[in-house]
Amino acid sequence: MVMKIYGSVNSTETTRVFAALYEKGLPFEFVPVDMRAGEHKEDHFLALNPFGQVPAFEDGDLKLFESRAITRYIAHKYAEKGTPLVYEGKPMAKVSARVEVKVAQESMESKLQCDFMLDRAADAAVIENMMATVNVWTEVEARQFDPVASKLQRELVHRQMFGVAPDAAVFEENGTELTKVLDIYEARLSQSKYLGCDFFTVADLHHLPALTNLMGTPARTLFDARPKVSAWVANLMARPAWVKVLALRNQY
Amino acid sequence: MVMKVHGSVLSTAAMRVLIALNEKGLEFEFVPVDMRAGEHKKEHFLALNPFGQVPAFEDGDLKLFESRAITQYIAHVYEDKGTPLVCEGKPMATVVVWMEVEAHQFDPVGSKLQWELLLKPMFGMATDAAVVEENEAKLAKVLDIYEARLSQSKYLGCDCFTLADLHHLPILTNLMGTHVKKLFDARPKVSAWVADIMARPALAKVLAMRNQQ
Repeated sequence: MVMKIYGSVNSTETTRVFAALYEKGLPFEFVPVDMRAGEHKEDHFLALNPFGQVPAFEDGDLKLFESRAITRYIAHKYAEKGTPLVYEGKPMAKVSARVEVKVAQESMESKLQCDFMLDRAADAAVIENMMATVNVWTEVEARQFDPVASKLQRELVHRQMFGVAPDAAVFEENGTELTKVLDIYEARLSQSKYLGCDFFTVADLHHLPALTNLMGTPARTLFDARPKVSAWVANLMARPAWVKVLALRNQY
Repeated sequence: MVMKVHGSVLSTAAMRVLIALNEKGLEFEFVPVDMRAGEHKKEHFLALNPFGQVPAFEDGDLKLFESRAITQYIAHVYEDKGTPLVCEGKPMATVVVWMEVEAHQFDPVGSKLQWELLLKPMFGMATDAAVVEENEAKLAKVLDIYEARLSQSKYLGCDCFTLADLHHLPILTNLMGTHVKKLFDARPKVSAWVADIMARPALAKVLAMRNQQ
């Protein structure tokens, strides 16, 4: 039975989950929820997410909601498939088996990850510490970046869609807040190839929907002005999995 | 080398970490950060948390920040010690959902109420009644969902106490000292859950620590 995602292609939370699924090359069924018609507040949807928000998710009998809980589930349950989105301190034997599969894959990034895992296989503590830091930056996306990015998106993108003029004060205030966050990202990306560690993880992935929206607005200057951030954004947005998400979005 | 928590006993985020450490009976050093003097915005603290917020945390060479990343680290690395803060022998997925719910649905509303009703008066600022009313209405809706959830599950994430419950404690402790407690009292399952988790010895130890400082 295939995994189901209930949501909307216009929802950043829903596309966050698509990104994880495409990164891992997992089959899924997308069940569109008609938000304009208020379907997300109807009983049959509330049975999937009592908060009446998209996305909701089913994997067999398991029902989940909250996009970052869903991506995390996918990352751990399907750890052996596609792009690693998290790292677990694993004993040598399991790592070796995984590496054999991976070296059959062509990407340079995978090979670096293989080498890393082999080097570190005997030292689960190193991987655990790395994952602890990935978790820090996963929290940063959710608690520091997302609130500010969401407000800005509402102002710049959604109001544009509905023909309502942006609120200048909100734009100015949130532009300043985003600047502060991006300065910290610039410093972090000067020490680390990706936000959480030297490999792409959920800490980076979770940013993609908001980044894509904001890069299509005047707010893009804030990202362009910071070289490390700018390169990181370009790198993320060029990922084949994300390109697939945008293609899916265009179908609806 | 003992773990260090840099923060303030008045900070709900720092409390979250202190409760987790006490649940696990772990030794740690608490390093007070003088927020009134702006110590959290100074270079030596920014080196620990570039966002200039408490808490920050050290375990040997590992430096962490964001309270919920720290508690998860503690729960995972010290899983054999003290209270298991994850769901033993059961999938974590549902616990993670309700951890996200606390952070995404409860905390923003709880924080605003706490700010208006407790912190603003402490700083000699006036409470905004309209904000309080608006957020009480939002909290009521969240608690209705908690009531339904707790009718199916002993604790929020699963049938044992986990981080999904623990993360609520600092704000709960504050709100239960205000008129907002009536929203919790009015819902039997929620009320019982609040009483249960607030009676935990680890919380009592953290509150004792708070009263000493």
